[in-house]
Amino acid sequence: MSTETVTARPVVDGARLRAWLPRYGVYAAIVLLVVYNIFFTPYFATWSNLRIQLIQVAPIVIVALGMALVIGTEGIDLSVGSVMALAAAFIPLYLGYGVVAAILVALLAGVAVGLINGVLVARVGLQPIVATLALFVGGRGLAVVISEGKLVDIRNADFLYLGSGDLFGIPVLVWIAALMVLIVAFVVRRTVFGRRLLAIGGNRPAAELAGLPVKRVLITVYVVCSVLASIAGLLSVARIQSSDASSVGLLIELSAITAVVVGGTPLTGGKVRVLGTVAGALLMQLVIATMIKHNLQPSTTEMVQAVIILIAVYVARERKTR
Amino acid sequence: MALLEVIDVSKIFPGVRALDQVSFTLQPGEVHALVGENGAGKSTLIKVLTGVYQPDGGDVRYLDQPVQFGTPMDAQRAGISTIYQEVNLVPLMSVAQNLFLGREPRRFGLIDRGRMEHQARAILTDYGVSADVRRPLGTLALGAQQMVALARAVMIDAKVVIMDEPTSSLEPREVQTLFGVIRDLHSRGIGIIYVSHRLDELYQICDAVTILRDGKLVHTGRLADLERIRLVSLMLGRDMAEVRREGATAFSGAATGDVEATPVLRVRELNSRHKLHDVTFDVRPGEVVGLGGLLGAGRSETIKAIGGAYHLDSGDIQVDGKDLRKPTPVRAVRFGVAVQPEDRKAEGIIPGLSVRENIALAVLPRLSRFGFVSDRKVDEVVDRYMKRLQIKASGPDQVVGDLSGGNQQKVLLARLLATGPKVLLLDEPTRGIDVGAKAEVQSLIDELAAEGLGVVLVSSDAEELVEGSDRVVVLRDGVVVGTLTGAQVTTEDLMSTIATEATREH
Repeated sequence: MSTETVTARPVVDGARLRAWLPRYGVYAAIVLLVVYNIFFTPYFATWSNLRIQLIQVAPIVIVALGMALVIGTEGIDLSVGSVMALAAAFIPLYLGYGVVAAILVALLAGVAVGLINGVLVARVGLQPIVATLALFVGGRGLAVVISEGKLVDIRNADFLYLGSGDLFGIPVLVWIAALMVLIVAFVVRRTVFGRRLLAIGGNRPAAELAGLPVKRVLITVYVVCSVLASIAGLLSVARIQSSDASSVGLLIELSAITAVVVGGTPLTGGKVRVLGTVAGALLMQLVIATMIKHNLQPSTTEMVQAVIILIAVYVARERKTR
Repeated sequence: MALLEVIDVSKIFPGVRALDQVSFTLQPGEVHALVGENGAGKSTLIKVLTGVYQPDGGDVRYLDQPVQFGTPMDAQRAGISTIYQEVNLVPLMSVAQNLFLGREPRRFGLIDRGRMEHQARAILTDYGVSADVRRPLGTLALGAQQMVALARAVMIDAKVVIMDEPTSSLEPREVQTLFGVIRDLHSRGIGIIYVSHRLDELYQICDAVTILRDGKLVHTGRLADLERIRLVSLMLGRDMAEVRREGATAFSGAATGDVEATPVLRVRELNSRHKLHDVTFDVRPGEVVGLGGLLGAGRSETIKAIGGAYHLDSGDIQVDGKDLRKPTPVRAVRFGVAVQPEDRKAEGIIPGLSVRENIALAVLPRLSRFGFVSDRKVDEVVDRYMKRLQIKASGPDQVVGDLSGGNQQKVLLARLLATGPKVLLLDEPTRGIDVGAKAEVQSLIDELAAEGLGVVLVSSDAEELVEGSDRVVVLRDGVVVGTLTGAQVTTEDLMSTIATEATREH
């Protein structure tokens, strides 16, 4: 039935294009942008530029991975930026006990926030957007209180290595992000948890009736998302070499959601595109970089981002025929 | 003069004739029962009358004028009010505000709250509602809310009131109040279209009846002239002779249950407010027990309750001798209970996932190690069931949403069977699937029973129920009113059991 609704002109097969675009459109856009930049942007195709771009995009990718999982369950997590702030606030407090202790505390903060979000969504039955809004507001507030509103410089060399060190010529930050991508892709494809997550997002009543532990899976998803956000938070602190709870991860929830959506993961749940999400983050990073290199106003950049989001949502919109 | 006339109205949806030249007449002061099973076209007809749908053919005449309501608002302004099962008022506004919404009494251009509340109190007393009219509507009991909706409908000078299963959530006392109100409307010349499956109620208050089946009018006339058994057979049955000629189903008809065996499923005194009252029955291994009854009799509720997906106030369930206390879907599956829900699309399949994922879904832990799914094990299971159930798909990776209804149903059954159930609860297993798949599913049920599973079968198709079941437990208004065994398992016996007058023991 659905194929009849698309009446394409003979030149372009409309139906096939519409199936192709949401899946591969983001990669095509990246290729286009890279080609453009190679020809028209001075110093674009240099190692140092690539390095900067990758370092900048790494935290967004990590947060977006968790966001993609949550969106796969038909949810959303607005609190990721606040989780980054909380992680950032705890780091200087616990670095005295060693790098490992500080990282563990930051991750625990993520687990705690994730548990609260997950319980509110799965057990209390709140809408994800409302449930996570609570900690979006409260989490950063708490982080500012914990850090007493101060910007703290970090000088622990071991910790800073995470943010500015290199391994085999590639920034540690990028290695960590890549590792997370691999793990999340593996989890989605190969684990019981990943498959259950997709089933719950695809049809929650059916998943419940099939006897799946729906609540447990949902809570776990929110915990995973928050832990990924806290990793992004501590890496950001290590990169900028200071902890400022009022600015770390500000508005990152929007960048993450954008990356997920542009990458072709539908907001209606039941599907998670891990590589698409990475590509979505890269695309947005490239757009911003291109704009900056051509001396366009930040406001213009924002408008272009908005257009890209609209295109992505339009291309991916659900066919209502079925 | 007729109040409302429907003449040869048709409504066509892609692939379905929801209404096929249906006619009936509503007289002033008449309480007119509109009955029919699922998919008979009742709701479509109501939607045509209230302006939600536009008819594709035929005429609607109201007060002797041809009318065409473009929107529900048009119908309401003209005096046709509808009271739906789910109350369609504003739960957060006060009772009085709801009653007067859009027509509040004013003083100096402002709402005269005192007068409004005073009037509301006076009006609602007639409807047996004594609650504080300043309270938000949502805090009232559902029955009281329905009375407010009714009062509102009558207040806006309705000449026709359509009630869609108004008593489904009412207490017996509230039902009597409602009937009192209906009699009052009746004496004031208001025409009422009354949709319900509770035969006792119909015979208590309705004057006329119109019966729909598969979108067609099968009978219209005075209710008092129509025997109960005839009413039921018109609703459910095709002509018996015709059925025998066609050979209705693929069931073998051979009884498979061992009468001596200990039951694999024992259900004792299931109670759920308004819906189930002391429902009790047994299923032995190898036996197919049908649950008979009209829509709303509590068949689906019983099945879901056993599967842990419907709230129970009390009752005992035993599976294979073990107590299934406080059933939840997770526990029910663990005990060996598999439920095939009535609504395949909403509660059964996961349309966006592949055949493979759908079949393996419920048994993933068994097909994995340390949380990692073994593709080899999944493929084995999927392959086995795709073959056994003859699932026609381009391959295990095809998305289930793209399959035909029959194949979707088979995928769902494959998922249930993969859990290795002891008891299979099937709610309308052949609804909405093509003839070939229907026969296949029916033979499969026979086979599974022969292998020793206990099967509970719900079907609105009387022939399917009778031919597929070794015994039929008949429910009415959530009460078991009889069990047909042996030679009694016939459509005639089924219908007469459904039609017998209730003796209201509860």
